Amino acid sequence: MRRSFFRKNLVTALLLAPAALWLVVFLVLPFVAIAIFSVGERAPEGGYQAALTFAQYANLPARATAFWNTMVLAPIGALACLLVAYPVAYYLALRAPDRWRLILLAMIVIPFWTSLLMRTYAWMYILGGRGIPALLTYVGIEDLRLINTPGAVLLGIVYGYLPLMILPIYVSLERLDRRLLEASADLGATPLSTFLGVTLRLSLPGVMTGFSLVMILLLGEYLIPTLLGGGKVFFIGNALVDLFLQSRNWPFGSAIAITLVLVSVVVLIIANRISTRLSGARRVDLI
Amino acid sequence: MTAVPDIEFRAVTKRYGAVTAVRGVDLAIPPSAFVALLGPSGCGKTTCLRMIGGFEQPSEGQVLIRGRDMAGTPPYRRPVNMVFQQYALFPHLDVEENISYGLRQARPRLSSHEIALRAGEALSMVQLAGYGRRKIHELSGGQQQRVALARALVNKPAVLLLDEPLAALDKKLRTDMQIELQNLQREIGITFVLVTHDQEEALSMSDFVCVMNGGRIVQLGQPSEIYDEPADLFVADFVGKTNLVSGKVARLSGDLVDVALADGTVISARKRVPLSRGEAVSVSLRPESLSLSAPGSGSLKGIVRNRIFLGSTAEYAIEVRGIGSLLAKADHVIGQGNLFKPGEPVAIGFAAGAPLAFPHANNNGTNQREDQNAEILS
Repeated sequence: MRRSFFRKNLVTALLLAPAALWLVVFLVLPFVAIAIFSVGERAPEGGYQAALTFAQYANLPARATAFWNTMVLAPIGALACLLVAYPVAYYLALRAPDRWRLILLAMIVIPFWTSLLMRTYAWMYILGGRGIPALLTYVGIEDLRLINTPGAVLLGIVYGYLPLMILPIYVSLERLDRRLLEASADLGATPLSTFLGVTLRLSLPGVMTGFSLVMILLLGEYLIPTLLGGGKVFFIGNALVDLFLQSRNWPFGSAIAITLVLVSVVVLIIANRISTRLSGARRVDLI
Repeated sequence: MTAVPDIEFRAVTKRYGAVTAVRGVDLAIPPSAFVALLGPSGCGKTTCLRMIGGFEQPSEGQVLIRGRDMAGTPPYRRPVNMVFQQYALFPHLDVEENISYGLRQARPRLSSHEIALRAGEALSMVQLAGYGRRKIHELSGGQQQRVALARALVNKPAVLLLDEPLAALDKKLRTDMQIELQNLQREIGITFVLVTHDQEEALSMSDFVCVMNGGRIVQLGQPSEIYDEPADLFVADFVGKTNLVSGKVARLSGDLVDVALADGTVISARKRVPLSRGEAVSVSLRPESLSLSAPGSGSLKGIVRNRIFLGSTAEYAIEVRGIGSLLAKADHVIGQGNLFKPGEPVAIGFAAGAPLAFPHANNNGTNQREDQNAEILS
């Protein structure tokens, strides 16, 4: 009895070992290293020099613009994604004819098969001087600037992250019991109050999953602000690349990274709280 | 009946593409009645109920509620409420919120005081007082059933629609709920329209049974009428247990016919539709109309194959040569003892007037299959 219990545990341990090792080497150790770096000092020639100081954290306001851009554009980007994604997910789950559903879903997923870098490059040209602004000169609109604006970054964000928002919402709407909608109508609710009181409420777990997913990825976004923001719309991700690779101020970069992780965790916890409160027992499956 | 019917169907037909689910149904349901729409799956009964609720629109004909044509009226403007199959309770709301859902939709708005009051009344009506704050998933099936009832009735509908409401309950609970539903209907005094495929449920609860098959109403009547005087072979077979024995019409005399069975025995049966001499017929023999006795008397002879003792009654499967197996049911009187045993020969007699003869042809087969498709589609 005890022997088989031991053997069962041994098998479990062996099966979990590769994943555990992976997590320790690529998550726990780097995280510990970054935490240690963040209380250190920059060596004169760049890099890290051991120390115990919170000077790096005190210096965070120096990168306030990057924080500000991220903290504003990440939620706005996620919200914009949500506003575009919800009607699409709703149509796919509740209105689209069965034989079209798969094709439409594929059309949403297939762009994902190309790298985000390529697709964002494409936007650089579309929004750049020889793209849409060039076309608009024919109708008399001159000197319109699209690329390297917050608007371009926002557009890139919505474009890049839309599928990540559509899919969880689609799944939660797809699971929705259609008879609940009939029951709501039967009890005198107009289509609008049925949508607000039943459909939207019951799809909130999907909404919160999509929102936190997009939001968290946006907090660390680097590519889109670089290509479409042209260094003018600076995200934390850009600040990190800059600090680690250009000015080689590892301790300050680490302090920013730690702060970013903390902010992400807080966002997740809040999203989880809201979602749990609104939908009863169900939880966001992200944490 | 002079009063305006609560529900009226005028030549209602419902098609789904090439499939016809309901064919030219005319029906008037009088006020304060408990009516059951009974039929096998795919007979169109659910489609009829959904047309009353407004979830389906008739392809032809009219559906009227209290004399008002409902064409183009969406479900949320109809004075009816439905208890859905598997209840369709809102999982994100607690019991009281579920029940007051309809009240909160009312325009002009009701005061929160009145909503709370009426929801409370509805809760006690279904004996769930004190359960208001429970979550739906914390309730048993029977309790969920009561919440669904209260949620519909709290809106004081003109008609309550029930879609297979007891199908998900176990047998004991089902019997209790049958009685409770009957009491509720009498107390509130509104019309209940119940859809069921369970003939026992239909017979036990309702004032009127409307038997449907192949998208048509085959018979409408009181439960005892349906059972005693089935309109055709389908009703005789579907409602209650019966033995169907084939034979040929040997002699006609008024309402009665003499039918020669396969083994040569001639029995006297009543006819419900015109029959001609020599026509192939099926004779319906209810198990309780067969009387068993020791060999020597009676019309048919057989051998007991199985005995199913049920307490107050006993059922016998009896092998009759040339005819097949017949089911007989006999009351059991305490102390009388002497049940027939398997292997024992018996004589079978028929209560006078009990056998019913119907034309043999079964012309509903194709329709039925079509309509099963219809229900799948819907």
